[in-house]
Amino acid sequence: MPKVKLPSSSPSLDMTPMVDLAFLLVTFFMLTASVRVDEPVVVDTPSSNSDKLLPDNVMMITIDPDGKPFFNISNPQVRIKTLEKMGAQYNVQFTEEEKKKFAGMTTFGVSMQNLKQYIMLDDVARSKYKSSGIPLDSLNNQLGHWIQFGQIEAAKQAKAEKDKAESLGRDFKYEKLRFAIKADAETPYVSVKAVIDVFKKLEIYRFNLITNLEQDEVPEPTN
Amino acid sequence: MAEVNTGDGGGGHGKHDKKRAKKSSTRIDMTPMVDLAFLLLTFFVLTSTFSKPKAMEINYPADPKDENTKPPKINNALTFILSENNAIYYYAGEFYPPNNPKGEPPTQLIKTDYSKDGLRKILLERNDPVRKEIFKLEEKLKKKEIADSTYKRLVIAEKSKKDAVTVLIKADDKATYKNVIDLVDELNISMIGKYAVVDMIPTEYELLQAAEGAAPTNP
Repeated sequence: MPKVKLPSSSPSLDMTPMVDLAFLLVTFFMLTASVRVDEPVVVDTPSSNSDKLLPDNVMMITIDPDGKPFFNISNPQVRIKTLEKMGAQYNVQFTEEEKKKFAGMTTFGVSMQNLKQYIMLDDVARSKYKSSGIPLDSLNNQLGHWIQFGQIEAAKQAKAEKDKAESLGRDFKYEKLRFAIKADAETPYVSVKAVIDVFKKLEIYRFNLITNLEQDEVPEPTN
Repeated sequence: MAEVNTGDGGGGHGKHDKKRAKKSSTRIDMTPMVDLAFLLLTFFVLTSTFSKPKAMEINYPADPKDENTKPPKINNALTFILSENNAIYYYAGEFYPPNNPKGEPPTQLIKTDYSKDGLRKILLERNDPVRKEIFKLEEKLKKKEIADSTYKRLVIAEKSKKDAVTVLIKADDKATYKNVIDLVDELNISMIGKYAVVDMIPTEYELLQAAEGAAPTNP
């Protein structure tokens, strides 16, 4: 009877393919994914067939299911400038540190009176903070001012960048500031309308309504 | 788990260790590297979002500067009225209040729903002439008879033709944002280019309340 020869391999296995795979996946995720930012309000947007991507240079108003508006500008420099202007308007002084912190923040929904305190909260406390929304009634139209100053500062920023690019002899691609509205599916339409009316007063009529993608076939015409 | 081999503990076996190190293979222990790789992998999987949000562009009509401006006369209008619990009513043409001086029969609201057989059927039927033209253009584009930019221009021209259907969207206090988005989305699917979200007039509101009391369902 022939002897069964047991291979004398070591108990450790070759992990090279596994490492290859793991790093491949890591690279893939790093390159394809954008970082999810913690927003103070969770909004479940309705779905539509639109497959247009949201533009990069955007001013976004988020409206939560209770109708409270939140504000966000994507460009950090514009954020700081807008905050300075808002501070001057409402007699709130912001320190350099506060401005820096504000530039790194995302959407916020607090009035100017509470903004200073809100900025200085640490991340954990801020995520638990109950935002009351930015006031937008006609007597205390802070949202209107945010939009107005944000628009002015965005235009100034674009101009400054254009001048800089021209002085360096580079091409400058101007991207217009877009206005996006991100509302929850269950938000009453009147709340959305209230925000749109604020925009309308500033003669802004074109909006990007943020939706989820849902594919639906386009039906053929009847013959 | 991890053991730290201090100089003290290993002192007694120093000679022995050295010998073993010589014998060991050239392979390195990759376990920590795998640990790290998977840790990073998990981190990226959990913190990342894949779907960039999509946006739907919409234009709102400017408010009339003058209070007395009369609304423009609209050809082939279709008015949708959105209300609570996803209710949707519509009427075609101009609005006639009861006992109007023109002697037209008063406008009746017809109830429908957001399903394929409700809203979409109405819109597709209404907009069929425009859709036929657009599909003809699409055929031409496929056969390379017209350029891409020409196609886009012609489609827009076709959608904004004078006799194309114009949709007015009116939402009451209880309608949700989803209702409006759904309706606008249906309009886009049905290739209706002329639509506007406008305010309700008081007589329409009265009619809506009457309709909510006893809604005649019409498929």
